[in-house]
Amino acid sequence: MSEGTGKKAPYTIPIGPIHPALKEPVMFTFKMDGEMVLDVDFAPGQTHRGIEWMGMRRNPVQIVHLTDRICGICGVSHTLAFARAVEQIVEIEVPERADYIRTIIAEFERIQSHLLWAGVAAHELGFDSLLHLTWRVREQSMDVIENLTGNRVNYGIVQVGGVRRDIVPEQHGVIEDCLTTYEGLLSKLLVLFLDDKSIHLRCRDRGVLSSEDSLKLCTVGPTSRASGVNMDLRQDYPYAAYGDLDIKAILPDQHMGETRGDVYDRIVVRLLEVGQSCGIVRQCLDQMPAGPVTGEPKIAKILAICKKAHGEAIGRVEAPRGECFHYVRMDGKESPTSWKVKASSYSNLMSWIPMLKGEQIADIPIIVASIDPCLSCTDRVAVIRSGKRSILTKEALHRMSVEKTRRLQS
Amino acid sequence: MTAARLTPEQVVERFTTRFGDAIKETRIGERREGSRKNPNYNIWIDIDREALKPAIETLIDIHFPHLSVISGNDLGETIRLIYHFSIYYGIPHGEYMVTLAVQIPKEDPTVPTISDLIPGAVFSEREKQEFLGIKVTDIPDDRRLFLPEDFPEGVYPWRKDETGIPDSMVKDLWASGRPTDRPAPPAEEKESCSLEDESEEGGDTPAEGERKETKEAEE
Repeated sequence: MSEGTGKKAPYTIPIGPIHPALKEPVMFTFKMDGEMVLDVDFAPGQTHRGIEWMGMRRNPVQIVHLTDRICGICGVSHTLAFARAVEQIVEIEVPERADYIRTIIAEFERIQSHLLWAGVAAHELGFDSLLHLTWRVREQSMDVIENLTGNRVNYGIVQVGGVRRDIVPEQHGVIEDCLTTYEGLLSKLLVLFLDDKSIHLRCRDRGVLSSEDSLKLCTVGPTSRASGVNMDLRQDYPYAAYGDLDIKAILPDQHMGETRGDVYDRIVVRLLEVGQSCGIVRQCLDQMPAGPVTGEPKIAKILAICKKAHGEAIGRVEAPRGECFHYVRMDGKESPTSWKVKASSYSNLMSWIPMLKGEQIADIPIIVASIDPCLSCTDRVAVIRSGKRSILTKEALHRMSVEKTRRLQS
Repeated sequence: MTAARLTPEQVVERFTTRFGDAIKETRIGERREGSRKNPNYNIWIDIDREALKPAIETLIDIHFPHLSVISGNDLGETIRLIYHFSIYYGIPHGEYMVTLAVQIPKEDPTVPTISDLIPGAVFSEREKQEFLGIKVTDIPDDRRLFLPEDFPEGVYPWRKDETGIPDSMVKDLWASGRPTDRPAPPAEEKESCSLEDESEEGGDTPAEGERKETKEAEE
């Protein structure tokens, strides 16, 4: 970013860098011409915790609990990806029942994550009653997750070799209740989000990412699917129980008849995936085989096997936000020689640049939120105008966004 | 695209016929999960540094690859950079991981940028520069990515030699106290509670008790 442009346009607006609720706090620098974003730059890593470094000094069983805490929302995706990588190196066979339980938990995670996102998106647009509605209905999926794993957030269910808890027949009723509720609600949510005139005005053709840019910038998950890239690990590279199930990647043209790659399409994809996840959990419950839930119940034995293991492997999981990738290399020591964690947002951040160029300040919150990065980076904005510096709080930025909605409505 | 999908063996063959001796090692991993045990293929190709970019071009000819990430190992004398790609996404059960690995010596830790072929790679290349101490030549943006601005030069967190994180940056942080080269905190630091206050408080209780006792005695 060029500094000292003085009193003439373009102005430079920094947004960020941190907010306590954000997993990947980001420092944005916008180059503005009036209301128009000319150029964007961002610096992630504002709270890099060195988790990979920590992992290279711990054993796989300890790392499993560390991976649970990488992300507050994708609690199972990271652990599952890591466990799958280790299982490939040490050649532990995971029982079929464990694969199904992993799948069920992963799908409930997707449901709660997408509903959380939908609420946040509504909030960013100034539609707070919809935020409260979606977050209230989200609670039921959190309750099911708590029922199945014992925890709302850091599930602690996946272990190298399998899962730590079984799903017993008495729990099927709770799951069934939840699925029925969501399947009934989905059409209502689709109407509330997609047929709303204000949401349509604010999101249609805003923050467009072409499918070509999406491929070149290596985006993943709902962000790339909304741009029309047919890419879903559950369909293309099925892991756990997904290979047994009937899964087709959700693309916006299936519902809308066309793909525009805008914020609206991202809403379409995520909402439809809630319904898809309900279907996947149903299929899992129907087909779930009986048997043990772990290939090796003794932790000490897992550690002993891991200590002798040599090799490298990749674990990939379709997290709610896209591909979650873990690379592990073990060289016969207690802890892995190398461990690389690639969260889904890592791949999606670069897509902000083409999305934000040419948009207005008031559209920044919803576009930044549209890739689901945990958008709290808009916490604090410093605006430099005519050489004077003033601080715009997240509230002020949010207010500008709400005002734009009101303007469009009137 | 779908009509001419190559088998994993054919993909490897494309590389071996085109690059010959530049290919050090190839391996096809297979993993089967779930009840139906459908296979997933991971293709690993170890390749010379000079052949890296032509190899990626070959991959683009097969199918435009998705770059997951670049990872790396410190192997002592050399650094191994691992480029994780996937091809044939969008085909149910059809995706392959293709991993290209190059070893570069620590005396000359340079590697050409691949961001001209895949623009999204810049992100990962910047990360490898700061974490493994390599140099990506012609990288369009060579700023740091995740490490803070005041992180010392010449320290690379993933290195396992003397340029790795020294113990002084990790151990006994409690003993080092507040750094002296930082600006003063915006709010004044609170006065530390003196232990005397506590002992006074501690002294109050028996006094109260005594008072109570005297009160009771009066009643």
